[in-house]
Amino acid sequence: MKYKSQKVAYWFFALSMLLLVLQLAYGFIMGFARIGLDGLHDFIPFNTARAVHTNLLVVWLLSGFMGAAYYIIPEEAQRELVNVKLAYVQLISLALVGVAAIVGYHFNWWEGRKFLEIPRQLDFLVVANVLLFLGLILVTLFKGKRRTTTALVLSMGLLFAALLYLPGMLPFDSQVMDSFFRWWVVHLWVEGVWELIMGGILSFLLIKLTGVDREVIEKWLYVIVGLTFLSGVLGTGHHYYYIGVNKIWLIVGGIFSALEPLAFLAMALFAVNMYRKGEKRHPNKLALFWTLGAAIVSFLGAGLLGFAHTLPQTNLYTHGTLVTAMHGHLAFWGAYAMIVLAIISYSMPNMTGRKLYLSARGRAAFWLSNIGMIGMTVAFGVAGVAQVYLERKFKMEFMQVQNEISIHFVVLLLCATILTLGIALYIIDFIKHGKPTDQALELQP
Amino acid sequence: MLSKKQARTFFLGGTVVTFLVFIGLTIYSFSKEQDQSNYGNITEQVVRGKQLWEANNCMGCHTILGEGAYYAPELTKVIDRRGEGYIKAVLTTPNAWAPNGRKMVAYGFSDEEAADLIAFFDWIDDIDLNGFDTVVSPLAKDKTNN
Repeated sequence: MKYKSQKVAYWFFALSMLLLVLQLAYGFIMGFARIGLDGLHDFIPFNTARAVHTNLLVVWLLSGFMGAAYYIIPEEAQRELVNVKLAYVQLISLALVGVAAIVGYHFNWWEGRKFLEIPRQLDFLVVANVLLFLGLILVTLFKGKRRTTTALVLSMGLLFAALLYLPGMLPFDSQVMDSFFRWWVVHLWVEGVWELIMGGILSFLLIKLTGVDREVIEKWLYVIVGLTFLSGVLGTGHHYYYIGVNKIWLIVGGIFSALEPLAFLAMALFAVNMYRKGEKRHPNKLALFWTLGAAIVSFLGAGLLGFAHTLPQTNLYTHGTLVTAMHGHLAFWGAYAMIVLAIISYSMPNMTGRKLYLSARGRAAFWLSNIGMIGMTVAFGVAGVAQVYLERKFKMEFMQVQNEISIHFVVLLLCATILTLGIALYIIDFIKHGKPTDQALELQP
Repeated sequence: MLSKKQARTFFLGGTVVTFLVFIGLTIYSFSKEQDQSNYGNITEQVVRGKQLWEANNCMGCHTILGEGAYYAPELTKVIDRRGEGYIKAVLTTPNAWAPNGRKMVAYGFSDEEAADLIAFFDWIDDIDLNGFDTVVSPLAKDKTNN
């Protein structure tokens, strides 16, 4: 750690860990409901659990991205954060808005739009919170001694993510238009600007961990984010095939979605090549595991499994089935959860001065969580493909099919338990690091 | 070999061009001649139905236009499949509806609210979905053929 104000990141990461635990708990509620164990139905029905599960995901990832920015930007800009107190105000307000939304979902206070369930009144608070965050980051960057490509790409991702939140706040009478512009937020976040954030964090980590020249890494960063936008923006079309808009999207979405895995493949090759090329062997092997893991698993989950059902001919049958849940889980895990866990693993020893670089616990956390998530993906996939055939080919009734495939949710729950064990070990490691301290300023990795 | 400046130009140029094309296609899709979203038939009752749909987060279990949570049945073409009477009974019952053991929240909607939601589903049914409606609701398709 080079600057005292980087310590703010710790509290954002701590909030992330707390919300991740809650996300897992609500995931289990849904998993058990799918095998008929829905004892909590009267208090937490499936739609509440689902809204909480997905929104907690978004908030813990955003909190992780914000923590990453508070850690990375001062180091890249070579100056302290402009105002640390305001950063804590932003943290607390983020936590309060998040808690208010989650509690509200239990009392039917929501908008009922997938991923964007946050009620309109809270939307405005989210906007204010994000503006404060962006102000702190951007002013620090522009007052800094240098403006690196890594910092610019990361900040650009955060800025665009904030701007793209706005189309989701537009009111529409038509369900089609509502859905159309909801994807401007959701798709252009996760298959667009969030990849800038991921790319920025990945680039920072690769520079620190491999020792490869910044110019080389940042050049390829531009190529990767270029490929991402080139394919991802028009790739939004794969959400428009069958929701009531023009057939032109079948062609445009089909072609550009097919290109989307290339951006993820480039990212995976880039990360592995930089690691091979690097002469520096940073002792923080756990951070390296998570960094390379994020690049590789995002290619599998977001790239390959996304491609598996974005061809219009396939999507006609898989649209609106558990096949989407298969892709969604591994994509979010690989691309975003793992990169947040990577920056936490890298920064914690630097902020706390405790160099738990390669504990057996940390390694077990990495492998168990990944094995668990891949197992869950397979379970969702088998359930999804069976659902497609039974329901849409053999015309069986929805609930009959659900009963047929419920066994796969037993497998899902077992794999989710393995994932949870991994996450528990990760959090124990997080806690064992202790709190950040100014004494860590003098320590060099 | 590619320079960093060229890489940046590729990124910025590609992003601007694809985004402009994206905006253009969006305008084209919703232009009057190309619109297939059944926009002209939205009534006040349909809007009220949509508001009820959102206020109760129906999408948190069901899917509509193939979007939602995959826990409860797809509701596109549900009127063809089940008929209005069945849907009204599900919406107005004070007891949790639980076909094959999977419970729905007992909303106990009023007759007027149920009618609003049915109007919303009815409006959804007339959207041109590029063929998805025939796949997602095979029972409705069979019924038409018979």
